[in-house]
Amino acid sequence: MNREQKNIAPVSRLYAFLLLFLLCSVALVARAVNLQVMDSEFLQEQGEARFLREVKVPTRRGNILDRNGEPLAVSTPVDSVWVNPRELLQAPEDIIPLAAAIGVDAEEVERRLTQRSSREFVWLSRRLHPDVAAKIESLNLHGVFLQKEYRRFYPAGEVTSHVIGFTNIDDVGQEGLELAYNDWLQGKPGLKRVIRDRLGRTVENVEMLRQAVPGQDLSLTIDRRLQYLAYRELKRTVLKHGARSGSVVLLDIDSGEVLAMVNQPSYNPNQPDFDSGGLRNRAVTDVFEPGSMMKPFAIAAALESGKFTPTTPVDTTPGWIRISGYTIKDHRNYGPIDVTRIITKSSNVGVTKVALQLEPEQMWSTYDRFGFGDVTGSGFPGESAGVLRNYRRWRKVEQATLAYGYGISVTTLQLAEAFAALADDGRLRRPSLIQGATNPAISVLNPRIARQVAAMLETVTGPEGTGKAARVENYRVSGKTGTSRKASASGYASRYIASFAGFAPSSDPRLVCIVMINDPTGSQFYGGQVAAPLFSAVMSGALRLMNIPPDNYAGLLAHASRKSDGSEP
Amino acid sequence: MKRVLPGWVKWPRLDFPLLVSLLLLMGFGLLVLYSASGQDMSVVYRQAIRLAVGLAVMLLLSQVPPHILRLWTPWLYSLGMVLLLATWFFGVGRSTSRWLDLGLFRFQPSEIMKLGIPMMVAWYLHPRRLPPDLLNMLVSIAIVLAPVLLIAQQPDLGTSLLVAASGGLTLFLAGMRWRFILVAAGLAAAAAPALWFVMHEYQRNRVRTFLDPESDPLGSGWNIIQSKIAVGSGGILGKGWLNGTQSNLEFIPERHTDFILAVLSEEFGLVGVLALFTVYVYITGRGLYIASNARNTYARLLAGSLSLTFFVYVLVNGGMVSGTLPVVGVPLPLVSYGGTSIVTLLAGFGILMSIYGHRNFIR
Repeated sequence: MNREQKNIAPVSRLYAFLLLFLLCSVALVARAVNLQVMDSEFLQEQGEARFLREVKVPTRRGNILDRNGEPLAVSTPVDSVWVNPRELLQAPEDIIPLAAAIGVDAEEVERRLTQRSSREFVWLSRRLHPDVAAKIESLNLHGVFLQKEYRRFYPAGEVTSHVIGFTNIDDVGQEGLELAYNDWLQGKPGLKRVIRDRLGRTVENVEMLRQAVPGQDLSLTIDRRLQYLAYRELKRTVLKHGARSGSVVLLDIDSGEVLAMVNQPSYNPNQPDFDSGGLRNRAVTDVFEPGSMMKPFAIAAALESGKFTPTTPVDTTPGWIRISGYTIKDHRNYGPIDVTRIITKSSNVGVTKVALQLEPEQMWSTYDRFGFGDVTGSGFPGESAGVLRNYRRWRKVEQATLAYGYGISVTTLQLAEAFAALADDGRLRRPSLIQGATNPAISVLNPRIARQVAAMLETVTGPEGTGKAARVENYRVSGKTGTSRKASASGYASRYIASFAGFAPSSDPRLVCIVMINDPTGSQFYGGQVAAPLFSAVMSGALRLMNIPPDNYAGLLAHASRKSDGSEP
Repeated sequence: MKRVLPGWVKWPRLDFPLLVSLLLLMGFGLLVLYSASGQDMSVVYRQAIRLAVGLAVMLLLSQVPPHILRLWTPWLYSLGMVLLLATWFFGVGRSTSRWLDLGLFRFQPSEIMKLGIPMMVAWYLHPRRLPPDLLNMLVSIAIVLAPVLLIAQQPDLGTSLLVAASGGLTLFLAGMRWRFILVAAGLAAAAAPALWFVMHEYQRNRVRTFLDPESDPLGSGWNIIQSKIAVGSGGILGKGWLNGTQSNLEFIPERHTDFILAVLSEEFGLVGVLALFTVYVYITGRGLYIASNARNTYARLLAGSLSLTFFVYVLVNGGMVSGTLPVVGVPLPLVSYGGTSIVTLLAGFGILMSIYGHRNFIR
């Protein structure tokens, strides 16, 4: 026992180490307390900063619909691919399949990423085809991510492109109503907090910080059928006459709603070509000298003055007149005529003689009340006001030319607004493109005078009028032709604007249509030849589609029944 | 104590306090591993199989009386040396040649030395006069250094230092005089700078990183920073099982092996860490109790050394995960996912149980 005791390792050393290790344990536990209790909050934040991310939730842009709820602009979800350059460059073998999937040269991708290697987010390819997106997702590459976005589609394409406009790659409106109503359509993207792992993959949605507010739909007054009709007819006319451009505006008289607004040249809003001249909505942005289409307003001013009635005689012999050294000519010598016939025949001399008996202020006032020289308030971006100079600065010859539509510039939409007021007993309404807009009418002309002018306008499509080509079968049509020479740097050139403004049915006008054809290069250039047939085509289609009864509906019915009962005498 | 209990209870000379605490630790370990592996049951199965193998080895060794073990000691040590030399020539492994491919499974010979060195030192000192004189100490140091240098060249600095520590601990337990201890400590301190020049670049980086993890937060500092965040964000009560964000989101590398303590800390908080430590301290304490009850030098030295080495692993792993020590590849004993170390550790506990079970059976 004793011998063994001496030769055995001492127990004291065990206790010494036990003590030492317990001290170490205490130190380690103290470290744990330090980290887990004292620094806990800081380290928790650090941890959260490493996996909690705030992410935008894309939201759908509102649709744009026509008056019958047909889609004119819709958003569909698509995927876009973005990369974190540093992560992808660390796994360069992933670049080749990625580049192959999106159909880009791998070296090009690598070069782009290397240039932007300090960034954490680089768009690689936007708005992928769904197959490509699925492929990229299945490849599961390093630092490559898909982001849901919305892409805008315009089913009606070039037919509605000027009215609707288009959005850019970030879904922000750039033109047209997409621009004007961007805030309404856009909605608010939501914000959510997500957990992402080390590779940036979203693992879990933690909470919604802000609900995404989807964009609101926008219902237009446009009727897609009428828009198609007007566009087809306009394009045909522009091609037929080799014209440079053209516009057609169709308004509902009772409400001021724009039913169709088309222009040539146009563009495909699904892939806008910024270099073409087709982006402008010429009907509201481009001004021109309206020519004879202004005569009804000069005549309205004359009737308002009390010095003239529709039957007041005016001698236009010998078919021309000299004012301050300028010669104003008629097409031919109409001889002694009355005020109504000035409109029927579109006599420059006649309207000049009438206008020169008016006070400049009074004539200006009539024009001004009809909205010339002022924007219509349609809310369309880039709308032009046109020019109507103040009467104090009118010279005599200017007052004369203003009467037949020179020295003033207007837009097609302004003419539509003004003619709608003439047709509606002098009640002017702001043209509107959006449904539900309050649109009170303002009386700008004595209803009796308005009806007198409207009656004169009906003679234009009568047997002796200049606008016979504007007739629509079974309907009475009122209107006015216009043929204006285009001003150029060297005075008025032999280039023309052929136009027609009119409304139907004459007994109870419902629709007004303005046609403007810029620079027809063929042998025909008169408004009555070029614009009136187009007006007729659009108006007859529109009357039918809008289900508007003919003027003498009862008579027509009676006539039709007589025909069908042919057996009776 | 007469036969109050039936004979079969006594027959497996198992130490129940030790067995229960080990099973508790393993059970907790498997639970954490399930979460740390990203809820991969196959990883848990494989670990459970290893634990079962380890327990079988433990059971087996606990039945082998210490004097038989003592007879085997030189052979085991020699086998370990041969295998270490073999890895020098035929080793497999990523950048280091630690592994020996035995066809059926891969095997790390340095694991044998975790047992072989303390056994050999105890074997050598057992018949000699204690405290050891200078000559015996130098021989003991040679016994330790030969395999340590072989392991260090693999290169596996962490394991070599730990194995060296187990040998050193045996020597200290033998009653090495304090003045020698002080001289050895002084020599070690003096050798530390020299070590820097011997170290591989990746090892130097680990030390640099340890000193300033933020210098390369996305590279070599990543482990330490992420691990500290995981430990710290656990707070007092933890985020709950399977709810650790740092770990489940793969922010922590090696999260089911060397850094499993980070996962545990994040999910079970300070409470979990303290519970784990309590079990570890209890196991170590039980081992030292067994050592103090051993009746001869070999048994006492071996029992003491094995228990203390076990706790050194815990301390080093804990220090690494909490950012208190540099990153050395030391697993958390019996909890980390890993092959041979589990079997080695449980074999060590088998030896402890044998020593306790045969304490009255002196030869």
